[in-house]
Amino acid sequence: MYESMILRTIARLMLPLLLLLSLFMVVRGHHLPGGGFVGGLLAAAAIILQIVAFGPDYAREIVPINYLRLAAIGIGSATCWGLLALLQGEPFMAARWLDTAIPGIGKLGTPVMFDVGVYLTVIGVTTQLALVLAEEPTLYPLRRPPPRTEPVAPEA
Amino acid sequence: MANHLFFPLLVPLVSAVLATLVSQRRVIARSIALAAVLFNLGYSIWLLLAVGATGRMVTQADDFAAPFGISLVADGLSAIMLALTSVMMLVTMLYSFSTVSPYRERYYYYPLLLLLLFGCGGAFLTGDLFNLYVWFEVLLVASFGLITLGGERGQLEGGLKYVVLNLLGSTSFLVGAGLLYGVAGTLNMAHLSERLGTLEHSGIVTAVAGFFLFAYSSKAGLAPLFFWLPASYHTPSIAVTALFGGLLSKVGIYALYRVFGTVFQRELAWLAPLILLVAGVTMVVGVIGAMAQVNVRRILAFHIVSQMGYMAMGLGLAGTVGLAAGILFMAHNIVVKTALFLIGGTAEHLSGTGELKQMGGMARREPILAGLWLLASFSLAGLPPLSGFFGKLGLIQVGLEQGQWLMVGVAAAVSLFTLFSMLKIWNEVFWKKAYVDQTGMPRASALLLAPSALLVALSIAIGFGASPVLNYSRYSAEQVFNTQRLVQDVCGSAGCEAVTSTAN
Amino acid sequence: MTFVLSLVVGTLFAGAAYLMLRRSVVKLILGMALLSHGTNLLLFLMGDGVVKGMPPFVDEATGVTPTAAADPLNQALILTAIVINFGFTAFILALAYRANQAVGSDDLDDMVETDRL
Repeated sequence: MYESMILRTIARLMLPLLLLLSLFMVVRGHHLPGGGFVGGLLAAAAIILQIVAFGPDYAREIVPINYLRLAAIGIGSATCWGLLALLQGEPFMAARWLDTAIPGIGKLGTPVMFDVGVYLTVIGVTTQLALVLAEEPTLYPLRRPPPRTEPVAPEA
Repeated sequence: MANHLFFPLLVPLVSAVLATLVSQRRVIARSIALAAVLFNLGYSIWLLLAVGATGRMVTQADDFAAPFGISLVADGLSAIMLALTSVMMLVTMLYSFSTVSPYRERYYYYPLLLLLLFGCGGAFLTGDLFNLYVWFEVLLVASFGLITLGGERGQLEGGLKYVVLNLLGSTSFLVGAGLLYGVAGTLNMAHLSERLGTLEHSGIVTAVAGFFLFAYSSKAGLAPLFFWLPASYHTPSIAVTALFGGLLSKVGIYALYRVFGTVFQRELAWLAPLILLVAGVTMVVGVIGAMAQVNVRRILAFHIVSQMGYMAMGLGLAGTVGLAAGILFMAHNIVVKTALFLIGGTAEHLSGTGELKQMGGMARREPILAGLWLLASFSLAGLPPLSGFFGKLGLIQVGLEQGQWLMVGVAAAVSLFTLFSMLKIWNEVFWKKAYVDQTGMPRASALLLAPSALLVALSIAIGFGASPVLNYSRYSAEQVFNTQRLVQDVCGSAGCEAVTSTAN
Repeated sequence: MTFVLSLVVGTLFAGAAYLMLRRSVVKLILGMALLSHGTNLLLFLMGDGVVKGMPPFVDEATGVTPTAAADPLNQALILTAIVINFGFTAFILALAYRANQAVGSDDLDDMVETDRL
């Protein structure tokens, strides 16, 4: 068992911070370094930190998401924002922007929403990979003891 | 701008997403997958006719001007491949409804098939070399998932070899693309063909072409890079084997035709003797390998390798007529190979084993299946009036015109050995008396027979309607080689160079 | 700089070739990882990033692209290649783990079931 008090304390503190930072990266990403991919990796790193510190069961418990579905939804939404222009008779992915900027976030448009789709996909895929590997019993030993069952009566 | 070219990519992608979300409910997942494939089939048949009538169609993602953005280009070759992809996907999907176990179906079988359709469509439609790499990876990911789905020991071992050798090929592709970008400064195929034509002929481009030749040959399974193919193709479920054997291995050949026909024309003339040599060796090695095998699907897997040699021969004849014959042969081979895998697979499914020794008596039990096998195997061997005859006839005619006597001799001799292998399966599986107890063996249902019957009918149709098909493949081969027209269609009448120089 | 980086690419490729020719699956995977890193570095060398060295961003105040800005396309290509390699490495690790469970060995020479007649 790898139970480290320091790692666990820090991991607990870092989860909200890293998730916020990842959102910041997505919003910032359209004109400056950052973006959906980097943000997604950050968020996934936040969850993977929980896996490392507490084990996969706890990580599933505190962020109860089906990550594969999240990835599928991410791809689907990213595609749909690109479809908007296609259905209006322009090439796929041609950008559509709102006229006015929203304070604190900036101008919103289909490229930003596409990035959000990428963000969700990256979180989903990366975390799912890590979780599935961590849930292998022989690969990663940090798991909760199995629920106690009634002792089996010895056969006569 | 032919914006509709995005639909055959987006429909499978969105359906794959939906099918992932409902993967636990098999009926819904099946119907979503079937609807997407039917849409693609209809679209690609329309595209086939439209491209034949009006010529190449082009569109750019996000409206970026041509050499800067991502181009989608549909010409005759793309349209043929897209249509065949949809037909094969439809057939294998119908077949898998009755053969794939519910466990595998729930484990994202249909999303993976749709992802494969998405990747193939992208590879056939893209007009950009780096995008071709990305599409290859998309379809590789899907194929990795499909080949290891189920996780039996053979699948894992074969899958590991498949994955490693294909990734090596991909890396070579990436290295080639990177070097080419360093040499020419562009990755758009139209722009590349324009620029490489004006560059003075230096050895570096030939070396880069070598990287591409290695990459595509390893994906297509040409000698000596084919070892992953017979090691892995017989391991997954029958529908997947049929799809891979019929369709997936041909994507490498498509890339060879496209890239060497359009981008590396000068290098093609230079490398043609090497390609012919590789083609001849591939034919012989594949067919000899098949003779030693005693398992239905493994024999057929070695024959894939052998047939790849014929397609490479079409490219090695280095000209429009040779390529046209190659395209015709490829179209025929996709249909017939899938049919053979489905028929042999059905026999295997019914007998519960693919080992020739333990099979037998199938001709008496399943006469329809046996008849289909005879037709399909004669077509593969090249007996008239089936489609294989015209495919081989075209190649041999062009070879004779160019005086490639040795190549023609090898191609003809390999046909005989192919027939020998096919008759071996016929004798062992269908004709001989069964030595094991077959009382509990299930009968072939109509659902098992219909897909292969459809394909055999298609092969006969290609055989009897050979002239329009041949005309269409000539038309596509001319389009592949006519780079001037390609540049005009993609970048406008002034050419790609004019677009980039005004932008600077 | 270009010369040094080319040497690095060559070294990575050599190491990859050595590792991939070993019989152990884990070494094979490590070799493929090295190979992909070498390829990414090669893609980077094919652009002018080494020579120019400025990030390819438009100046916010003036709206002009600096003349020393590097070609962004190479970086896009590398990013794509990294993402693809990341996914494949994860897949092949999982596959190798499962194969190891099924075969009970890390040795490629023991994985011959599909090659047997």
